[in-house]
Amino acid sequence: MVSLSEKNLPSADVTPDQLEQGSSLWHDAWARLRKNQLAVAGGLVLLVLTLLCVGGPWFSQTYQDQNLDLGATPPGAAHWLGTDTLGRDLFARLLYGGRISIMVGLVATFVALTIGVTYGAVAGFLGGKTDRVMMRIVDIMYALPFTIFVILLMVFMKEPSEKLDGWLRGTLHLEGLQGVGNMVLLFAAIGAVEWLTMARIVRGQVLSIRRMEFIEAARSLGYGRRRIIFRHIIPNVLGPIIVYATLTVPAVMMLEAFLSFLGLGVQPPMSSWGALIKDGAEKMEEFWWLLVFPGSVFSLTLFSLNFLGDGLRDALDVRASND
Amino acid sequence: MLRFIARRLLETIPVLFIIVTATFFMIRFVPGGPFTAEKAVTPEVMRNLERAYNLDQPLWRQYAGYLGKVVFHGDLGPSFKYPNRTVNEIIADKLPVSLELGAISLALALAVGLPLGVLAAIKRNTWLDYLCSSVAMIGICVPTFVLGPLLVLTFAIHYGWFNASGWYGPIDRVLPSLTLGCVYAAYVARLTRGGMLEVLNQDYIRTARAKGASEVRVIFRHALRGGLLPVVSFLGPAIAGILTGSFVIETIFQIPGLGREFVNSAFNRDYTLVLGTVILYAALLIGLNLVVDIVQVWLNPKLKFE
Repeated sequence: MVSLSEKNLPSADVTPDQLEQGSSLWHDAWARLRKNQLAVAGGLVLLVLTLLCVGGPWFSQTYQDQNLDLGATPPGAAHWLGTDTLGRDLFARLLYGGRISIMVGLVATFVALTIGVTYGAVAGFLGGKTDRVMMRIVDIMYALPFTIFVILLMVFMKEPSEKLDGWLRGTLHLEGLQGVGNMVLLFAAIGAVEWLTMARIVRGQVLSIRRMEFIEAARSLGYGRRRIIFRHIIPNVLGPIIVYATLTVPAVMMLEAFLSFLGLGVQPPMSSWGALIKDGAEKMEEFWWLLVFPGSVFSLTLFSLNFLGDGLRDALDVRASND
Repeated sequence: MLRFIARRLLETIPVLFIIVTATFFMIRFVPGGPFTAEKAVTPEVMRNLERAYNLDQPLWRQYAGYLGKVVFHGDLGPSFKYPNRTVNEIIADKLPVSLELGAISLALALAVGLPLGVLAAIKRNTWLDYLCSSVAMIGICVPTFVLGPLLVLTFAIHYGWFNASGWYGPIDRVLPSLTLGCVYAAYVARLTRGGMLEVLNQDYIRTARAKGASEVRVIFRHALRGGLLPVVSFLGPAIAGILTGSFVIETIFQIPGLGREFVNSAFNRDYTLVLGTVILYAALLIGLNLVVDIVQVWLNPKLKFE
């Protein structure tokens, strides 16, 4: 992190040109990352999967197209990955499910990130008693059986979320937004669980830079606390934040799939990879492809995300620390 | 150390209190009750039912009554969905099943994960390391709800070696504990490797080698103790996770354990059973975290009870 903060305070005799040529933390990290073949492969797989999921559905059949006469057919020329019991093309459904899974992964991570980074940065920057109390709260929350709370939230908040859904469609006439209430609930539930580790990491990082000169300089310029935290501290702990965000996405996607598998996550007619796996597991005795393909794609995605995250961690030289 | 334990136990009380209170009011403020699903109930019967379970009283009195019973008698109340059964009985009935499944899986995870992790660390950056690390990564990335059905598909349905579901003979323990154990074995292997690598670079290991200790002695006497630290801190939440992870396993394999019972009780709005399970899991998790902290100090002389 030091090299980044030094960059903010160039000595007077350096011309802008020289600054451009100097290799920054990000430049070094990028060079190191490119050498890590597993991380690069992971990144490429993710890129392809994302492009397919985002763009693919425009070219393929829609995921709701049913063909009851066809029923479940094994993989073949007409349907590359086969069809489900309602005759829906599995490939198309995988792409649509992927949209939801990836979106949940990104949005819920963003929610967790926003809460965790703000909380950790504030605790670390203020220090003293405030810090102790804030981190004690995190410790206590760590000790809660969160899976249980997520399950309870998803079960008991179902009706309120459906009301929100009905209101969105009935009052605002937003027909395309079916299932939004459920999604908001999902983001909130997952985000509420995943921010704790992020808060700890950010706080640790902030503690180590809050006494540095450039913070002192910002203070002496009379900047307020909020400005110092968001403009000066957070940009300088971005490395660890990016690394752990990359590693939070697979955790979030896993949680979403777990909930969907229990029938608590994404609700039909929407679908996610977790919901497809659930569907496949129920019908695998006769139609193995319904389980094998969604399971493989999901695992491949987690695989790539984890390798990319590990690669980024090595490249940015972030040390795992829990204090 | 006794003071440390006493202080931690005292801290537990408000935490448990908050958990019970939050859960109690969360499940009550949501529409729908335990008896709404039973159709064709006359209002009179409904009133009688509600009276029988004290649901006609104001909420705060129900809360006070419940809390009093739990604290002073350890009585978690009657179940709303299973007539004539108390929550204590249901838990006593179902928990051993989950515990057995968890214990076998955990033993498997440690038996496979620890050697793999140590091996990968000793042979760092050789093909053996890459193999172990890749296998571990696969274990982490293939979720239980994919692995479990796949194992059933292969070994139960295709080969017919095991039953696809159920929990009767010893043979029914194989697939569920394999599924659950694999995932945790992967985490244990990864953490052991990381922990060992860190320790093997330290001065006291070099000292031990310089004094002529054999490589086996260096690894098992000197390095393993410190290398296990990350595994130990993982095991506290992991044991609780193995119990909660059993939600999925118990659903896939139709095992009559507490995990499946909990999910069902949430769907059925069986208030007392939900609360009872939450209290049990929370107490278990907090207790395990305390044990982890004690073991960590014992393993690492640099740490002290604060």
